[in-house]
Amino acid sequence: MAQRQPPVQQAPPAQRLRLRYAKRGPGRFTSHRDFGRALERALRRAEIPMAYSSGFSPHPRISYANAAPTSAASEAEYVELALAEVCDPQKVAAALNDVLPHGFVILDVAEGRPESLGDLLQVSDWKMTLAGAQPGVLGQAASRLLDRDEYTVERLTKNGMRTFDVRAAVLILRAIDDQTLALRSVHQTPLVRPDDVVTALRQLDARVPAQALLTRLAQGPLVGERIGDPLRESPVMQP
Amino acid sequence: MTTLPTLPTHSLFDRLEPLLAQVSKPIQYVGGEHNSVVKAWEDVDVRWCLSYPDAYEVGQPNQGVAILYEILNERDWILAERTYSIWPDMEARMRDAGVPQFTLDAHRPVRMFDVLGVSFSTELGYTNLLNLLDLSGMSLHAADRGEDEPIVIAGGHAAFNPEPIADFIDVAVLGDGEEASLLISDIIREWKADGREGGREGLLLRLASTGAFYVPRFYDVDYLDDGRIQRVAPNRPEVPFQVRKHTLMNLDEWPYPKKPIVPMAETVHERYSVEIFRGCTRGCRFCQAGMITRPVRERNIETIGAMVEGGLRATGLEEIGLLSLSSADHSEIAEVTRQLADRYEGSNVSLSLPSTRVDAFNIDLANELSRNGRRSGLTFAPEGGSERMRKVINKMVTEDDLINTVAAAFSSGWRQVKLYFMCGLPTETDEDVLAIADLARRVIETGRRASGTRDIRCTVSIGGFVPKPHTPFQWAAQASAETIDHRLLLLRDTIRQDRNYGKAIGLRYHDGKPGVIEGLLSRGDRRVGRVIERVWREGGKFDGWNEHFSYERWVAAATEELAPYGVDLDWYTVRERGYEEVLPWDHLDAGLDRDWLWEDWQDALDEREVEDCRWTPCFDCGVCPQMDTDIQIGPTGKVLLPLMVAKPNLA
Ligand code: B12
Ligand code: SF4
Repeated sequence: MAQRQPPVQQAPPAQRLRLRYAKRGPGRFTSHRDFGRALERALRRAEIPMAYSSGFSPHPRISYANAAPTSAASEAEYVELALAEVCDPQKVAAALNDVLPHGFVILDVAEGRPESLGDLLQVSDWKMTLAGAQPGVLGQAASRLLDRDEYTVERLTKNGMRTFDVRAAVLILRAIDDQTLALRSVHQTPLVRPDDVVTALRQLDARVPAQALLTRLAQGPLVGERIGDPLRESPVMQP
Repeated sequence: MTTLPTLPTHSLFDRLEPLLAQVSKPIQYVGGEHNSVVKAWEDVDVRWCLSYPDAYEVGQPNQGVAILYEILNERDWILAERTYSIWPDMEARMRDAGVPQFTLDAHRPVRMFDVLGVSFSTELGYTNLLNLLDLSGMSLHAADRGEDEPIVIAGGHAAFNPEPIADFIDVAVLGDGEEASLLISDIIREWKADGREGGREGLLLRLASTGAFYVPRFYDVDYLDDGRIQRVAPNRPEVPFQVRKHTLMNLDEWPYPKKPIVPMAETVHERYSVEIFRGCTRGCRFCQAGMITRPVRERNIETIGAMVEGGLRATGLEEIGLLSLSSADHSEIAEVTRQLADRYEGSNVSLSLPSTRVDAFNIDLANELSRNGRRSGLTFAPEGGSERMRKVINKMVTEDDLINTVAAAFSSGWRQVKLYFMCGLPTETDEDVLAIADLARRVIETGRRASGTRDIRCTVSIGGFVPKPHTPFQWAAQASAETIDHRLLLLRDTIRQDRNYGKAIGLRYHDGKPGVIEGLLSRGDRRVGRVIERVWREGGKFDGWNEHFSYERWVAAATEELAPYGVDLDWYTVRERGYEEVLPWDHLDAGLDRDWLWEDWQDALDEREVEDCRWTPCFDCGVCPQMDTDIQIGPTGKVLLPLMVAKPNLA
């Protein structure tokens, strides 16, 4: 039948923009898919001239990298948009901020660079709030974990039960106060998530509360001892 | 929005946050969606909490709630927020933590509002209403409610017989809610200004004495020894014997929803819908929606075009639904679809027309709507398998019509036809249902010939018929679950045994049991309230969901709770009613003349059809004179207004 017309071959994008955005308040409870739908609709409301993929059902070209899990808040999520026309990055960010749902805010924007976002997002800083922890408990559990060379936990994934070496992923872990931990973790495969760290701490000390509210504070390349800006900096190995 | 405001007054968000992190799909509870509205509590006079008593994914897309939310929030002195049913995992955590039912918009406790307005498009939401009240910390029974509790108002199609939930609601609103909800708000504002004169009872009396709002407590029901109703009469001099439905005229002046909420969680129905008309006079005798929403009131092509364009811009959605009870019947539907298809050609916007008309015209429309898309499946609803059955239900389509339509569909590239039927219709026999198999066979045979390929399918979807109030079938005996199941299995086996066509015909059916409970709730009276309460107390909720619905629990509760009254489940369902019997909803006026309905019932039994009053003279169903309304249809000869779009400058 001649009903199906051959798919239109789309032109290559005119510009790539990388955005840093925050997930706050109600926004933290969106899944990765929820955010994807919300972003696509916001892009249409803002009339951003997106580049589309070729094929029978063309979709706007958006690349996500290393999204925070559902229920984690974040000040440092990153996404890349491919545009069909060259735009002023600041105007795009402002137009999106006018129409994004509550809890999502574009914080920064820059032109794309050759290194992929995925390669630039090497480490994250997390704040983990464990309400109800008794004084001292978090700090002690953290040092017990840091004393190990290796520490594995199990988590049920889509592909069944998997083992994760939590210790290997932890660069920094310390108590800021009785209820709060600061974590710096390396993104490896398989990815160790902050809730895996909580699981490890609970295994080491049963007094650690099970429920943690997570917030990602920063994400980017390791530049010496600090986390660099993935929109503008590249990894610099420690000497 | 760029900034998050500090938490609104009375917000429970801080207490919710830790609970949400522990449950599945937490986003469904927190709101924050684009186009949602948060107002300052103190700035308004009247505060509504609207609810569709099902999970967010089903309730959020509801057009009725979307319209009311927008209309109420447009007034600076009214605030409206929303709440939906909460899944057991979240409910358990809320009960543990002592967090009550809250709204999505500002996370305020439901119990603080002036009004809790609940929309019922199906009776299966009744147990969820009870759970909603309980989780809100409200009194279950209207009679026990204190001065500081919201008044509970039921609306939507099921509110045309609210008697089964009469004990739990304060008010029922029949018909269109646009003006009704504003009128209620006015009355509440005045009552507050008058120092809440007479307290809660005083407010309910103000509402009831208008004759436009039904307050069950002001009506007493007496019963005869045999269990039938003797009489329903007001117990206050100010309150009229009959309560009338609301009918919105001039839909072009009410182009809502203009900017509906865009969900972040996934829902069942993600499209921007425009009701292209309200009401239907085709006169299908089983269809409660058609009977209670008369007369037909169209929106013109100009309004439709403006709503579509505005809706797309306000939401960022890409799918448009042209919604109504029979969309192909709009007087200018060909123009509407052609002009919209032209306008959005080449974009990713897609149009759909949920339509059930069985004629060649429908194929033209479907072709127009799928210009550059795939022609996968077309849906028709003959509803009755045999020609005789279709005369009984007044679905005027002959078998030849249907076959010609199908042939036209297959020749223009469609590969699948879905046919909707009902089982258990009045006077139905096994043969009537088996006629569905013959029809499906002819469809495949015709399709193969017309398309020249064997690669075509026909899916038959069939459900049990439930007689509804305010229809000619309100007097009919409902078929028992056994009858339905027997006929469905017979049909299934007959199709399976067909060597030639069996494999090309798919059958989708539901067993007869849920329909029996729906029947009890549809035509029930106040005594059924005890059954609902008992089922809920034993854990019943989410009755619209197979995995939560328990037939056994309903039957056991009905048996025990109805016994003291000398009636039972069968009495409400499989019993035919007589002309003289007082029906539980007789005092609720949908405009339909009771004698006209009775004659139509007799005509059904005599297999006599009745025409559509849009194209033939009025057949005196009673609605227009009784409600002082008129049919409002085109053609208007108008065209889509040109778009005035300034693209934003982003360069
Ligand atoms: C879109 C649609 C759906 C969608 C979306 C449903 C949803 N969540 O809203 C989907 C596909 C999911 C769906 C599913 C079903 N649907 Co449906 N659906 C429709 C359809 C086409 C449009 C509904 C609509 O938006 N109407 C327009 C709005 C504006 O009307 P409204 O909701 O009644 O609201 C107005 C008034 O009632 C009133 N009002 C409503 N609530 C309140 C509350 C208060 C407090 C007040 C004051 C006023 C008020 O004010 C509103 C504005 O005037 C109708 C047909 C139709 N054209 O009505 C069928 C229809 C409502 N559906 C029907 C049925 C049977 C179902 C299903 C049970 C089918 C099934 N077997 O699974 C399910 C039930 C799902 C569920 N649990 O709710 C029947 C209802 C039959 C009946 N009452 O006798 C209808 C009438 C179709 C028909 N002719 O049979 N449906
Ligand atoms: S009163 Fe007459 S014109 Fe009005 S809906 Fe009924 S039959 Fe049609």
